[in-house]
Amino acid sequence: MKYMLLFMSPATDGEAGNGCTFEDWIRYDREMKDAGIWVSGHPLQDLTTCTTVQVGPDGERTITDGPFAETREVLGGYDIIDVPDLDVALDWAARSPGATGGASVQVRPVAEIEVEV
Amino acid sequence: MAGAEAAAGSVEAVFREEHGRLLASLVHRFGDLDLAEEVASEAIEAALVRWPVDGVPSRPGAWLLTTARRRAVDRLRRDRVLATRLAVLQAEAERADPAPPADVDPDLPDDRLALFFTCAHPALPAQDRGALTLRFLGGLTTAEVARAYLVPHATMAQRLVRAKRKIRDARIPFRVPGADELPGRLPTVLQAVYSIFTEGYAASSGPDLQRTDLAEEAIRLARILRRLLPAEREVAGLLGLLLLVHARRAARTGPDGAVVLLDDQDRARWDHAMIDEGRALVLVALTGPTPGPYGVQAAIAALHDEAADVASTDWPQVVALYDVLLTMVPSPVVALNRAAAVAMRDGPDAGLTLLDGLADDPRLRGYHLYPATRADLLRRLGRHDEAAAAYRSALALVGTDPERAHLLRRLASVTDD
Repeated sequence: MKYMLLFMSPATDGEAGNGCTFEDWIRYDREMKDAGIWVSGHPLQDLTTCTTVQVGPDGERTITDGPFAETREVLGGYDIIDVPDLDVALDWAARSPGATGGASVQVRPVAEIEVEV
Repeated sequence: MAGAEAAAGSVEAVFREEHGRLLASLVHRFGDLDLAEEVASEAIEAALVRWPVDGVPSRPGAWLLTTARRRAVDRLRRDRVLATRLAVLQAEAERADPAPPADVDPDLPDDRLALFFTCAHPALPAQDRGALTLRFLGGLTTAEVARAYLVPHATMAQRLVRAKRKIRDARIPFRVPGADELPGRLPTVLQAVYSIFTEGYAASSGPDLQRTDLAEEAIRLARILRRLLPAEREVAGLLGLLLLVHARRAARTGPDGAVVLLDDQDRARWDHAMIDEGRALVLVALTGPTPGPYGVQAAIAALHDEAADVASTDWPQVVALYDVLLTMVPSPVVALNRAAAVAMRDGPDAGLTLLDGLADDPRLRGYHLYPATRADLLRRLGRHDEAAAAYRSALALVGTDPERAHLLRRLASVTDD
């Protein structure tokens, strides 16, 4: 069963940092790959590079810089892992550098849409 | 038809005892709670038809399980999508937990412990864990669970459906946590059973102070846990606590269901056999390194149950145990109980000082026992006007009718001079 781990960190002025290092993430990445559970994943660039797109009922496209204000938590990256059940997924989430120092990991099952062929 | 009636009666008794076990075995075998529920109730329906005619089989649990398994296999033959999904589930479960050894008793394995851990999984909302435990291990119907928590049937049905959906879709496993995870996972299981008991012991609202059937169901569940986890001292502590508190049930309410406080209870009406059983469990719970919070609470309950009256209660020891408990459970409710015990040891003034220190705790806002305890201490100090004001605050918050009547009587006693 696939789960997405979403690495959230509190939005702070300046760069969000929970004290973990680049090396911590490299190590975690390697552990997942060695365990054979890693499906995909990426870190994301910071919010200053984010752009929001919305299409209104009349088809009009609105493009805005951000979001910045009112954002309390920022998605810093994600991994998709394939593990037997939620306990194992929670365990991997807890082992990640993204679970400590005020940051948190959201664990969401991936919806598998079965299409009859 | 007396025979048929007797059979129907024992059928009922068997279901009560076997339902959780049956359901747990089916969940273990098929990995799907919905399927397990459906075929379990089909097997029970079949028993209701057959047993009054054929008599209750010698091994009713095995009969139910065999019948339910057949129904499940039939269902899977007809429903290919479900069968495929469960086959995948099975394969993945084996990947996580390589081939479990064959059951010792293939007819009646006891898989309830895994189901306890599923129902009280920390990924489920805390308020639903007790309800799930009552439904799936207690074998109560949804309507009965709704009544237990005093919520409308539709509300409870919706909560149970949502929780079951999360168990299925997020794949919360049916598995007893390993030895290394157990200390982290056991507390939510104990808490779920304890929450059922407290709802029975002190209903949060309604016409009755206590609902004995619910408290007894919690004790039954705690006994099952004790059998399944004999080495866990906190399970002994929980069962001991429930027994030592429940032992006072007959003395807790007077005629007309009026509340009788510990001070005024007729201790001859306490259940002394239950107290003895509870005290033995306290010994188990406290023997060894680092006792847990249930063991300590059970020890406090035992000190009350052992005393001939309130005056001769070992209050210094009660306070000392609350000190220990407070280090484990830094909750304002524990601090409130400790303050009441200090008032008994050192006098109402000392207790009042401690209570005033808790006045700003937001977690006590809305908790009627805070102003009620304060009011009692003020009354004992002869500060009747302040006591009356505190009783009125408690009255604005209280949930059950007998407690309201008690507070009104106390209010009258400080305003009638």
